[in-house]
Amino acid sequence: MSLLEVKNLRVSFNTPDGVVNAVRGLSFDLNKGKTLAIVGESGSGKSVSTQTITGLTRGAKVTGEAYFDGVDLLTADASYLRKVRGSQIGMIFQDPLSSLHPYYRVGWQIVEMIRAHESVSKQAARDRAIELLNLVGIPRADTRIDDFPHQFSGGMRQRVMIAMAMSLSPSLLIADEPTTALDVTVQAQVLGVMRTMQEQFGTAIIIITHDLGVVAQMTDDVVVMYAGAAMETASRREIFYNQHHPYTEGLLQSLPTQGETSRLTPISGTPPSLISLPPGCPFEPRCRYAFDKCREETPPLREVFADPDHHSACWLSTDQDERVRLREESYAREEATA
Amino acid sequence: MTNPATTPAATSTGDPLLRLEDVRKLFPVHSSSLTNRDRDFVHAVDGVDLEVRPGETLGLVGETGCGKSTLARCIARLYDVTSGKITFDGRDVTTLSRKQMRPIRREVQMIFQDPYGSLNPRRRVGSIIGDPFSIHGIGSRQERKRRVQELMEVVGLNPEHYNRFPAEFSGGQRQRIGVARALALRPKMLICDEPVSALDVSIQAQVINLLLDLQDEFGLTYVFISHDLSVVRHVSDRVAVMYLGKVVETADVDELFETTRHPYTKSLLSALPVPDPDIADSRQRIILAGDVPSPIKPPSGCRFHTRCPKARPDCVKVLPPLEPVLGDPPTHSAACLHPLEVGEDMSRSTPQIDDTETVVQLREEGAK
Repeated sequence: MSLLEVKNLRVSFNTPDGVVNAVRGLSFDLNKGKTLAIVGESGSGKSVSTQTITGLTRGAKVTGEAYFDGVDLLTADASYLRKVRGSQIGMIFQDPLSSLHPYYRVGWQIVEMIRAHESVSKQAARDRAIELLNLVGIPRADTRIDDFPHQFSGGMRQRVMIAMAMSLSPSLLIADEPTTALDVTVQAQVLGVMRTMQEQFGTAIIIITHDLGVVAQMTDDVVVMYAGAAMETASRREIFYNQHHPYTEGLLQSLPTQGETSRLTPISGTPPSLISLPPGCPFEPRCRYAFDKCREETPPLREVFADPDHHSACWLSTDQDERVRLREESYAREEATA
Repeated sequence: MTNPATTPAATSTGDPLLRLEDVRKLFPVHSSSLTNRDRDFVHAVDGVDLEVRPGETLGLVGETGCGKSTLARCIARLYDVTSGKITFDGRDVTTLSRKQMRPIRREVQMIFQDPYGSLNPRRRVGSIIGDPFSIHGIGSRQERKRRVQELMEVVGLNPEHYNRFPAEFSGGQRQRIGVARALALRPKMLICDEPVSALDVSIQAQVINLLLDLQDEFGLTYVFISHDLSVVRHVSDRVAVMYLGKVVETADVDELFETTRHPYTKSLLSALPVPDPDIADSRQRIILAGDVPSPIKPPSGCRFHTRCPKARPDCVKVLPPLEPVLGDPPTHSAACLHPLEVGEDMSRSTPQIDDTETVVQLREEGAK
């Protein structure tokens, strides 16, 4: 059952340097209780898209639709969005220190959030806050509830954020680079907490990240973004073991894999400017398979490998055997000339 | 990895290029009381012994607060150590004066994590890279320009951009500028402090390849600091793992990953996200409880005992020496009284002491 349906989302900003087309036609579906990863590097448009959906971008020109629970958030009024944010859609961001108010005790911040949406007594809200802090693994929650954000470490703060985001049992949690600023062992803790939340509350999660390792353990489905558009959408296993799009392939190839000591295979070149994008496919200048059509016509997202859940915005053959053959040829050629 | 054919005979006797003996770096903390009697110190580096052989890459890993960056700056003498000895290329450089350090600085260079903070935004790139030459009084102006442009080519930058400012370059390109600057005087050793962490994934690979190629071409020795174990595994010959100011394990890279001895190293490896769903699904996951303790009041005995799944009473009292355990070769040392056997499943261990983070967490879980 579809919880969130995004159709052809476009977001652009007017800047002194020109119009920045941050998101250029993004579409995806998210079902209840599932986890979707939006993967991309800086400038891909991954953060702007979710922020726009929840009404957090200002001064942007927005077109498209984003149906959440049947209502198009992009045309909803401010008071509706305020209601939805927090109670039905929870959000956590990359840097918990800037998301928590430094002057207010952590418990107060959670209680305030609860009481802004529900009419419960202070005590009842406080009890719920302690329960949530316990749930996210803050030790001695009943005393720590009265601490200030700076008295927590980065990982703990992120867990406080998760507690706050979950306090009204939202059906969707959007986590924007939740673990990027954290150490690896703390990252593992925070991801574990998110999974627990999902199990307890049946929450759907959108996790925005550039870390493919996180994607491999946390998700059901993946959207790979580049230069403001979706390049490939597929299930987790398909993205890792059966990619179609050369950008997805390039990302996976450029990662240092366990125990291999040969040279890495980076993607040559750099991401394009979102102000002056060339016509055709945005990835074409860096693509090892590019041919004339790629420069002339932008490929739409189309079904590949006869899999209705696997789409790729690429002109390469949609036949699986052919695609694999092309990949092997290209890498063999590279080895030979190295 | 290194190419033996091009390693320099920096010390023909086979001595290490760099040796650290019981190096400590303490930073005083301002006490909040009016009397300065109880001065607290941050034990950033608290007794480190390390060796780096010529031509090799030593990976230095650890999480925030382990002291690896401080250690890097001590090696480069950007900080003065509080105590201990640093020997570089056979010479004791621990307490050399600024003037005496000058010639040594040509041999040890550093590249930094933040490609935006490590370049002066007001200076043109050509002069940034040319700085080492002018500081050490090498070459005429034209000579310098020529050498700088050569360096720019070597690191994959367009030499025609000589007069541009850092702001006109991307993160990955700025990192290349930093590398060019570090290479200007043909140093023997390069300390790379998280050189790719701030870069996008697709650019990281480019810079890593560049560093490896340069190592082969110029016979460089690297100390490579990173929190990203997969990158460290790829570039290093040997690895040292740090926790709270001390080295807890050192080994040849494959041995560290295959024959892990120290529980902290094991937890670190277990926490490493692997971009492979099958492996991610089937892995033994060890999730450490709590946070890294404060380096102002490090725990007694083994620093890791407060979070260690295998903690025993002696771990609280005894500081384990860093030495080979369980019959390991001399190249593999671990600072642990109860090191891991091969194939040991640490996820089944429970600590046998009270009041550690793990115990508190387990207690609270049990009470629910």
